[in-house]
Amino acid sequence: MPIPALLALEDGSVFHGHAVGATGETTGEVVFNTAMTGYQEILTDPSYSRQLVTLTYPHIGNTGCNAEDVESETVQAAGLIVRDVPRRASNWRSSESLPDYLKRHGIVAIAGIDTRRLTRILRDKGALAGCILAGEQVDAEAALAKARAFPGLNGMDLAKVVTTARTYAWNEGVYNLDKTTFSQPARRFKVVAYDFGVKRNILRLLAEQGCDITVVPAQTPATEVLAMKPDGVFLSNGPGDPAACDYAIAATKTFLEAKIPLFGICLGHQIMGLALGAKTLKMKFGHHGANHPVKDLDDGRVLITSQNHGFAVDPATLPANVRVTHNSLFDGSLQGFALTDRPAFCFQGHPEASPGPHDIGYLFDRFAQLMQEAR
Amino acid sequence: MAKRTDIKSVLIIGAGPIVIGQACEFDYSGAQACKALKEEGYRVILVNSNPATIMTDPNTADAVYIEPINWQTVERIIAKEKPDAVLPTMGGQTALNCALDLADHGVLDKYNVELIGAKRDAIRMAEDRELFKQAMSEIGLESPRSGVAKSYEHAVEIQAELGFPAIVRPSFTLGGSGGGIAYNVEEFEAIVKRGLELSPTHEVLIDESVLGWKEFEMEVVRDTADNCIIICAIENLDPMGVHTGDSITVAPAQTLTDKEYQRLRDASIAVLRKIGVDTGGSNVQFGINPADGRVVVIEMNPRVSRSSALASKATGFPIAKIAAKLAVGYTLDELKNDITGGLTPASFEPTIDYVVTKIPRFAFEKFPRADARLTTQMKSVGEVMAIGRSFTESLQKALRGLEIGKTGLNPTGLDLTTTEGLATLKRELREPRPDRVFHLADAFRAGLSLEDVHELSRVDPWFLAAFEDIVLTENEVSEQGLTALDEPRMRELKRMGFADARLAELVGTDEAALRHVRHTLGVRPVYKRVDSCAAEFATTTAYMYSTYEEECEADPSDREKIIVLGGGPNRIGQGIEFDYCCVHAALALREDGFETIMVNCNPETVSTDYDTSDRLYFEPLTLEDVLEIVALEKPKGVIVQYGGQTPLKLARALEAAGVPIIGTSPDSIDLAEDRERFQQMIEKLGLRQPPNRTARNADEALALAREIGYPLVVRPSYVLGGRAMEVVYDDADLSRYIREAVQVSNDSPVLLDRFLDHAVEVDVDIIADTDGKVLIGGIMEHIEEAGVHSGDSSCSLPPYSLSAEVQDEMRRQVTVMARELKVIGLMNTQFAIQGDTVYILEVNPRASRTVPFVSKATGMPLAKIAARAMAGMTLAEQGTTREVIPSYYSVKEAIFPFLKFQNVDPILGPEMRSTGEVMGVGRSFGAAFARGHDAAGIVTPQQGKVFVSVRDADKDHLLPVAKDVVSRGFSLVATAGTAAYLTSHGVTCERVNKVLEGRPHIVDMIKNGDIVYIVNTTEGKQAIADSFSIRREALQRRVTYSTTVAGARALVHSLDFHGSEDVHSLQELHKELSP
Repeated sequence: MPIPALLALEDGSVFHGHAVGATGETTGEVVFNTAMTGYQEILTDPSYSRQLVTLTYPHIGNTGCNAEDVESETVQAAGLIVRDVPRRASNWRSSESLPDYLKRHGIVAIAGIDTRRLTRILRDKGALAGCILAGEQVDAEAALAKARAFPGLNGMDLAKVVTTARTYAWNEGVYNLDKTTFSQPARRFKVVAYDFGVKRNILRLLAEQGCDITVVPAQTPATEVLAMKPDGVFLSNGPGDPAACDYAIAATKTFLEAKIPLFGICLGHQIMGLALGAKTLKMKFGHHGANHPVKDLDDGRVLITSQNHGFAVDPATLPANVRVTHNSLFDGSLQGFALTDRPAFCFQGHPEASPGPHDIGYLFDRFAQLMQEAR
Repeated sequence: MAKRTDIKSVLIIGAGPIVIGQACEFDYSGAQACKALKEEGYRVILVNSNPATIMTDPNTADAVYIEPINWQTVERIIAKEKPDAVLPTMGGQTALNCALDLADHGVLDKYNVELIGAKRDAIRMAEDRELFKQAMSEIGLESPRSGVAKSYEHAVEIQAELGFPAIVRPSFTLGGSGGGIAYNVEEFEAIVKRGLELSPTHEVLIDESVLGWKEFEMEVVRDTADNCIIICAIENLDPMGVHTGDSITVAPAQTLTDKEYQRLRDASIAVLRKIGVDTGGSNVQFGINPADGRVVVIEMNPRVSRSSALASKATGFPIAKIAAKLAVGYTLDELKNDITGGLTPASFEPTIDYVVTKIPRFAFEKFPRADARLTTQMKSVGEVMAIGRSFTESLQKALRGLEIGKTGLNPTGLDLTTTEGLATLKRELREPRPDRVFHLADAFRAGLSLEDVHELSRVDPWFLAAFEDIVLTENEVSEQGLTALDEPRMRELKRMGFADARLAELVGTDEAALRHVRHTLGVRPVYKRVDSCAAEFATTTAYMYSTYEEECEADPSDREKIIVLGGGPNRIGQGIEFDYCCVHAALALREDGFETIMVNCNPETVSTDYDTSDRLYFEPLTLEDVLEIVALEKPKGVIVQYGGQTPLKLARALEAAGVPIIGTSPDSIDLAEDRERFQQMIEKLGLRQPPNRTARNADEALALAREIGYPLVVRPSYVLGGRAMEVVYDDADLSRYIREAVQVSNDSPVLLDRFLDHAVEVDVDIIADTDGKVLIGGIMEHIEEAGVHSGDSSCSLPPYSLSAEVQDEMRRQVTVMARELKVIGLMNTQFAIQGDTVYILEVNPRASRTVPFVSKATGMPLAKIAARAMAGMTLAEQGTTREVIPSYYSVKEAIFPFLKFQNVDPILGPEMRSTGEVMGVGRSFGAAFARGHDAAGIVTPQQGKVFVSVRDADKDHLLPVAKDVVSRGFSLVATAGTAAYLTSHGVTCERVNKVLEGRPHIVDMIKNGDIVYIVNTTEGKQAIADSFSIRREALQRRVTYSTTVAGARALVHSLDFHGSEDVHSLQELHKELSP
């Protein structure tokens, strides 16, 4: 018999299902993601720290888990909510089933609930705090209390929680499905990457551009970085409220002043905005999916992008030396900008995809080009 | 970029008749395209020879030409209408081929017409196997190793390199016609030679075998700004080797990791860019080696397709509509996603939160001699789609929606305890036939391991696990019985998709009792919406499917509503004509202010377009599914008479459950179907039927047959399309029929009718209203004699040889019958006229397949008028009381799938086998008939030898035809009996051996290309068998043939008219009809 599990939301909604991961309890902000593939990448994306991820596609776990499709060392999401995990995974690269993988990483997960009902609640009310309990005895009242006790992500600095403890080098390129190995590209730029919760595919795509990467902890002072004399600095994605990352905002101001080539993704994009004096705001339920259209305002083309953010930069607060380069076609929100007087640009969505379409991967070329021009 | 203003008018080329490989999905696409371009203010000109389509309704396009789709005719339309552009990507292979012909013959240049959507070079590159392969290799994509052969010798060389099995595919044929898999030299020779003959360019592609690999399809849309989006990824449950049209397919793709999915996405977009598809929807097919993920590109279609129709229905993204707008210059971000009420742009990729399963429907019961193994040549005639929140749910819903007598994964009946049974099972798994899914389930019943089943079937283990789950659950349910079905268990089973009927079988009760238990437990379905975005955005569109979840989103209104029950999957005898009627009912009643609700499960159709009705339930048409919808919606009325047998079968049970059926009562429908009750009515009204009896066992049949006398038409009761209908000539024949063709019992009696030789058959369609007033819709005189199924006959409206008295008598008879039956709505009557005597063959108080043809011919929208009559509006109130008799002739010609089925005899008979129809219009019968023949692609015989061989009863009738043939400069060749008869009547003819008489014989002459036309009639099983090779060879060699003398007479008469008349738009024709 399956082990019972339940999900309670701060608004009082309760969903009864069964456990498909570890037993126990977990709380976090409940968000949904509409991507139909890439659950392993999503689970291991540090931006999902303290979030309970609902995947809207009803069968999750079809292709099992493998050693390559991970975006960090471990599972980062605080919990997983799905409609169904099929009994059997099938894929030539699968080495472990999703439930086994979740259990091995101690992740509490619930299946068997009406995830579409949950998604509609989140769409209407915005992201809500929630709690999953999984075990033989689960108590809805206890779960509700825990959900309501969750402080929320507003003002929460999670980048320093998920960041690397120490500096390390990264030179591995992208995964080649034909050769079943990661490439080892030649190196031509020295790049320092701030890890606010960086996804590995960002580092891999930087490596593909010839970057010899040094990954540094979130709170590394700018002076230390500049002392390394990098060709460019990269500001990574990451979880939590960007406004709480004062140290990163301060460092970014220094890099902007130094006119060093600068590229930010997601949280890195928001930090760059804040460093320029703009404001960020918490979105209702954010953007979480792999099908979001973004318009490149330079050439008018539409790119389908991967998105995962709950905060956004308010474009009205951007200074005059900022040129908006990309907008969301779903809600018109700001997706990317560049400075007119500095070699710096950033993007709110995920050009590294993983999971998601590769349409906007050209931003990595752009960063390489900026570094080339700066030489 | 924005809409182009340099073009004002666009010619859209349709797909022509429904054939295997090209069905009503192109009516759905074409109708969407017409609507989309009209909406943008373009003048839309349409050519399509198929009258049974929504797209050829006079208000769909500004000028509708129901004319042959060949470049010569289309040139005349272009010359007359002077369109600025031609959109060739909406009408399947037919339209693309026609566009290529127009380009190659300089027509487009001559009239300065631009091809939009796809350019000539792009079409060529996608269609020409060699060019395509070359292009793929240039962008670094692998194709299966292959070679193109223009001769058999060359094919042998290529095969030597690739080994066996070898996949053979002729170039430029529809649905892989003539292709196949060769495992040995003998098969290779047969398939290659046939393929070389069938390919219009006389070339075949020979592929490396990737049998057993996984197959995926990507539906891509591209705009002029090079924005590309993937609408849907579809995974085939059947491995490579089964044509994708015959495969069970599932959306979205289930067994790809994101990395693999994105690789296919990148590759698909690269393919579109390389081929140069400017705008619109395309489909790219891939094979993937399950062992190492190696990807090969199989093919791409630079146009909307069957798969794009499926993808549109599966996601809620209307590909054809968007593609049409992109073709005139819009970019994706300038267009809105309708289904979210324009809240989001069309430039996104749909994401879905349910599983879609499509299962094809086959018609091998119509072609018992055809090889039913599934190969690279498509053989299915229709499909069903189902939506569920799990694969098992969508699979089981699709299975019950197929209407093949299955309630789920029912056992095949194989004895799995014997070695023989197991051996059969294994062969069925290795070499699949249409019922392979049931064998997969049986494999688990037989205790085979999942690995073994995978090894045999090459179906992915992910799918197999679901089959195994269903079988294991079924075993538990059977063991535990009805009493174990408590609320949680019932809910769990319903979530897996088990039908009430299947559960009832498993626990040994009946469906009604099981449903009662379920309702008592409070286990009811909810309805979720298809919204293209997995609930990320709110939707205003009521496109729904049932499932067993916590929240229902149906949100029914309190308006007055009418539910229209659709026709389910297309099959021979029940096709697009019925969907046409359902759509008209929805449109008319919507106009009148009702809320219209459509229920159907056929993804190819216009009826399942979410904006045809106010609300769409994409659901199987079973009693369970319909009752749940009725319970939720509480309609004012339900229309059961438009969807063919599918809803009619439910009528009695629905009525018994208190469902308000509007129009003719189920009892009247039953009366007309019930031979004995019907006979009593005929007698009461003083009308005449051919002598007939009903037999409930074999002995009774023989006795009754002697009573009424041979020849006899025999058939089981309650069938559509003349299923298992035959003409028998003696006791032996009848005994064989009862032994082989049907199971006779009290519940399913066999009907015996005296066969009326040389009678003229007539169809009459009428509408009756609540006042008992009758409108004659049309009188159609068949060209072939009675005995040929009415769906397979060609016919003429108005009649071309019947006297006014006979026509008036039929008008009188249909009127009294309609009143007696209290018909409200449509009624179709078939008559046989022998001399001046009028016999009633059958009466169907429901929509018939002739309704769209009559509507196009007379300009009277019969299905709309009848729907309004059912809703209570009288004919007088509608102002439609006058029969329209056009001054021009319209001829309907049937289209057959014989070329797809080797070993099948193309002789016409009482069992319907046509898949589609075309219409020809002319100022005289001959001209209309000639136009119909051109539309059907029948080759007009040129000067040369005509072969005649007819049964004795036909000889007198043949004589004038033979004389006519000779007077036109043909010479005659005949077999001994016919030759002797003709010679003795002063007609010169050459004698030739029958096949059994030794060589050289007639088949040799056909093979040598010596014969230009064949008239061959025959009767009796042996004689038919003896002459089979003549007809088959004629078919293969594209020699025109007639299998009835009446057909021959009409054909010979029409020879004067080919290419002689103008093209007419429907609008011009209908203008002539106004009083």
